[in-house]
Amino acid sequence: MSDTTLTPVLTARWDQSDAFTRRNYEKAGGYKALRRALQRKPEDVVEIVKDSGLRGRGGAGFPTGMKWSFIPKDSPKPTYLVVNADESEPGTCKDIPLMMADPHVLVEGVIITSYAIGAKHAFIYVRGEVLHVFRRVLNAVAEAYEAGYLGQDILGSGFDLDVVVHAGAGAYICGEETALLDSLEGRRGQPRLKPPFPAVAGLYASPTVINNVETIASVPSIIAGGAEWFRGMGSEKSPGYGIFSLSGHVTKPGQYEAPLGITLRELLDMAGGIRAGHELKFWTPGGSSTPVLTAEHIDLPLDFEGMAGAGSLLGTRALQIFDDTTCVVRATERWIEFYKHESCGKCTPCREGFWWMVQILERLEKGDGTEADLDKLLDMSDNIAGRSFCALADGGVAPVVSTIQHFRDEYIAHFEHGGCPFDPAASTLFVQELGAKA
Amino acid sequence: MTDVNDTQAAISPLDDTVRAEMAEIIARYPEPRSALLPMLHLVQAHQGYVTPEGIELCAEVLDITEAEVAAVATFYTMYKRRPVGDYHVGVCTNTLCAVMGGDAIWDDLSEYLGVGHDETTDDGKVSLERVECNAACDYAPVMMVNWEFMDNQTPQSARELVDRLRAGEEVRSTRGPRICSWKQAERVLAGFPDDLATEGVAAGPASVVGLELAHENGWTAPEGGQRELGGSKK
Repeated sequence: MSDTTLTPVLTARWDQSDAFTRRNYEKAGGYKALRRALQRKPEDVVEIVKDSGLRGRGGAGFPTGMKWSFIPKDSPKPTYLVVNADESEPGTCKDIPLMMADPHVLVEGVIITSYAIGAKHAFIYVRGEVLHVFRRVLNAVAEAYEAGYLGQDILGSGFDLDVVVHAGAGAYICGEETALLDSLEGRRGQPRLKPPFPAVAGLYASPTVINNVETIASVPSIIAGGAEWFRGMGSEKSPGYGIFSLSGHVTKPGQYEAPLGITLRELLDMAGGIRAGHELKFWTPGGSSTPVLTAEHIDLPLDFEGMAGAGSLLGTRALQIFDDTTCVVRATERWIEFYKHESCGKCTPCREGFWWMVQILERLEKGDGTEADLDKLLDMSDNIAGRSFCALADGGVAPVVSTIQHFRDEYIAHFEHGGCPFDPAASTLFVQELGAKA
Repeated sequence: MTDVNDTQAAISPLDDTVRAEMAEIIARYPEPRSALLPMLHLVQAHQGYVTPEGIELCAEVLDITEAEVAAVATFYTMYKRRPVGDYHVGVCTNTLCAVMGGDAIWDDLSEYLGVGHDETTDDGKVSLERVECNAACDYAPVMMVNWEFMDNQTPQSARELVDRLRAGEEVRSTRGPRICSWKQAERVLAGFPDDLATEGVAAGPASVVGLELAHENGWTAPEGGQRELGGSKK
């Protein structure tokens, strides 16, 4: 085991009582980075974030400073900042606790970013199904107005900014940036064809930066600590810290903030390992849209390059861990039901493809499938991925292709065995309770 | 399952107060139509679901067609086309929660309440729904009540939870506030805050396991950062 340790920055205050109030945030040095940023030119702030190498924390990993610099300087239209707080990717559970415990670090990041890109209006689009998180962000924004961090002439700088906290209404697709923009415009959340990219024609066809919560929340510490400090963590191409979310069959599931490039083995050691008496079977590096990996991949660096090298993606660092009691066919079927349910319906391959995939996976799980079904699933995957407007389609085929790649024998065992060979009760956390009832 | 219309008092019409609230929502945005999603939440706050009257009013206020409003209202799963009970109870049955016990909870609770997906109990108290990943996977299996987190559930705890809700007892989110009514929840989502923001802990136990381990081992981010926020705690 190497000597990688945890590096709490974003999570550092979460164990303090009432960490979410402005008073406690200020006591811990909050809003100092804003004062510092307002003394610099906006383009200098962009430069610091560029130099830090921060890459988007919403899954795609696009360099943040570069995204900001795409905003045209001479546009007659207003520029907008939109924060994607629609955290919905299965397995992903980092932005929600961040906004619940420390909403002010997000608000401070929003103000600094808006100043850097020249936005006078910013939006935080929070998924609707997390009421208390929405309350905390709404409250933090109100507190920031009271203190003069928002509104007119912020801290005497001459910079004006209004922030709207906006609730979604239940649609995974709105985590896709252009679908989010349509939703924020009061329409069905359906992705747009790119180009034009949001930096040129985003919200109300105006220049728009869209960033994930964790990305924006990283900005205050980068301004305070400097680009070199940030680069002191992580790897050259994937610098900095990030929140790794462990869930599933681990002894201590939860949030672990570490430099990018830490390995699953190291994280599992910290989390007390796989639950007692069992072994790791498969895992996702960054949510269900990232191809699953197995025990042979646990020493790979969890950074953008390391995961791409293994044929997967870093995604949102949503490490869903499944042990040997889990049926991979059942897991895949449930994921595909999700993509079927959440397909917005705009593109035929995605809308129809996932519907048919569910039919096939259902019969495979019941033991009624054939080996030809596996080839059909792979063929359908080829016809869904890359043939739709947005990444939902590409992400949705990931569990199918990767589980057939790693667990073809288990699919076959289902129809040779005449049904699923696994007992679903064995994979639950209350296996003894269920066993006692049976 | 029953039609809650039979058991509930008549819905009060959307009056001038609601129009004024809609105007307030519209004023938040550079373009009026952006107000549509919160306006639909507001309709649910007043009438318990997206009523035909609510669709008409949104269309009139925004000067768009009723078809355009209905197209939006039917796209998003949080907008309901039938009255919802006092408590909307969601059981996560996405893969991870399902495997960890969400499927067992769903089967048991659905049988116990005698209702299926998107149905309401005869007393009009509980509406049951299978929900997708609610971003609390480290607390699996997860349930939601009026969109508040109920973490680490079992079939037994789920039964007790709905019993208490139906008995009118005060119920608290496992890491949040007192559970409010479904209509109040919808009002907050329309952007009209209640006074519950400071209730509940900053973070639940799973959210801080990494931080606690860092404290135990003296692990910190390198010096030079925003020390109070990131580096050593003292």
